[in-house]
Amino acid sequence: MRNKKLLVFRYIALSLITVLMVGPLVWMIATSLKEPTRIFTQFFPNPIRWENYTEVLGQMTFLKQYWNSIYIAVLVTIFVLLFSSMAGYAFARIKFPGRNVVFLLLLSVMMIPPEVTIIPLFLFMRDLGWVNTHIPLILLPIFGAPGAFGIFLMRQFFLAIPKELEEAAVVDGCSKFKIYWRIMLPLSVPALSTLTIFTFLTNWDEFLYPLIFINARELMTLPVGLSLFTDEAGTDWHHLMSATTLVTIPLLILFFFAQKKFIEGMTAGSIK
Amino acid sequence: MATSNSNLSTESKFLINKKKKPFSNKLSDSIAGWLFISPMFLGFSIFMFGPLVYAFFMSLHEWPLLGEQTFIGLENYQSLGQDGSFLNSLNVTILFSLGLVPLNIILAMFLAGLLKEKFIGVGFFRTAIFVPVVTSLIVWAIVWKNLLATELGFINQLLDLIGIQGPSWLLDQSTALPSVILVSVLKNVGLNMILFLTAMQQVPGELYEAAELDGASAFRRFRSVTLPLITPTIFLTMIITTIGAMKIFGQVYVMTRGGPVDSTKVLVYYIWETAFRHFDMGYASALAFVLFFILLAFTILSWVVRKRWVFHEE
Repeated sequence: MRNKKLLVFRYIALSLITVLMVGPLVWMIATSLKEPTRIFTQFFPNPIRWENYTEVLGQMTFLKQYWNSIYIAVLVTIFVLLFSSMAGYAFARIKFPGRNVVFLLLLSVMMIPPEVTIIPLFLFMRDLGWVNTHIPLILLPIFGAPGAFGIFLMRQFFLAIPKELEEAAVVDGCSKFKIYWRIMLPLSVPALSTLTIFTFLTNWDEFLYPLIFINARELMTLPVGLSLFTDEAGTDWHHLMSATTLVTIPLLILFFFAQKKFIEGMTAGSIK
Repeated sequence: MATSNSNLSTESKFLINKKKKPFSNKLSDSIAGWLFISPMFLGFSIFMFGPLVYAFFMSLHEWPLLGEQTFIGLENYQSLGQDGSFLNSLNVTILFSLGLVPLNIILAMFLAGLLKEKFIGVGFFRTAIFVPVVTSLIVWAIVWKNLLATELGFINQLLDLIGIQGPSWLLDQSTALPSVILVSVLKNVGLNMILFLTAMQQVPGELYEAAELDGASAFRRFRSVTLPLITPTIFLTMIITTIGAMKIFGQVYVMTRGGPVDSTKVLVYYIWETAFRHFDMGYASALAFVLFFILLAFTILSWVVRKRWVFHEE
């Protein structure tokens, strides 16, 4: 009896919270298909207006921003994977002077909030002529939280790999780089995929850097581009919601297919 | 003489070689090690550590974006105390954290408690609660901005149906900050829920069985068995969530722009405004350093907590 009550309570509570979590996204998708005049008068779109999507996808600016977001996030992720696995391997497997000090230094540098360094960085980038280019957007995040977290994660992973796997290669006289590239990296796919998800999602959501370094619309990334949308008088909500749907859905689909990895990637990053 | 010499020299060469082998290995290891870490090391030095030092240097100056910098020592820091906007932003940031952190932690724990055993639909609910985490923060904020719109917003239309006149959520001083807090909690509570779920699943099942045999109620079981065992996780997630709350910016930028009447103007927003709207780079750096020291204190606290308590970090 008591258990039954508990079960009913559990389902009611969880359903309520689910409505709060998923409801807004359902509403977003519904609104993205509405006629502009009916946005506020109906919940389910009737008639469905697919043109909202074709119109948004027909805007060069939106497509450009989408492309910017993707290619910057991909580049940052590749560099983070490469650099932090290299550093992680050195910290785990190579004895060199200053190893422990530098490791601690790198991890503590990770704690420096970008909000503090962005002011001088803006001046540097301005003097280099890199404001309003993608260079700072690609360069700076690599050495932020994802990079440092990556070093930590990869080092842990490499430490757990049994030494015997490398010994044969050492006897054969393989160079350190060859061992890292041929043996260690292929073994570390699980850790690399966790890091990929963490880095990609963090970068996909990056707001402060693009807001400060980019002024031209066609150079912006999606978060900043979309936030500008809402400032303009008489926001086209139906178009904005199609745009946000197009931004959200691909990641959600990936999430449904690789939930375990996603959850691992996101929570691992938050527990640094 | 000559032969013995040459003999010696070959022998000594041999010896030297033998000795040299490990030495050269050491040297090549050092070089290899530094080469491997050099991209990260250089990047951190140039793009993180350098700017940090430079930001402090800037904070000792009157530093307009264009024009002359003048050294003024600690004047920027001294004027913080008289700056009403700074005190307001500090106040808003603290209020935001005080609202967000307990709400987030309690909700995350409550949900983890409901979801820790297997039952029909458990996977569905876990996924649903994690969905906002995977959604872009800016998208989440834009959607909620519309839902919370005053007259035509979906939430107020719902309230209208049951005869309540909803407030102007984001345009009213008393409701704007709570609205932003709520939207932020919903966005990220899934992360902490997973952390609590992991912690709760590590509590040995026998303890619950024993408690049940002794006739402890569900609430009592939670208070006496679960709570003490997940305390380290609670502390750690509290600190991490607080650090995140202190740095909030994106959702404020999208939903309220710091308004109405500065009631949601958090510290990072004020720093951004000072640096990139009023171009007062020196003072903005001083403000940023205040944030830095607050975050540093919490970070050190988290290390202390971790060292003392955390036993499940591999």
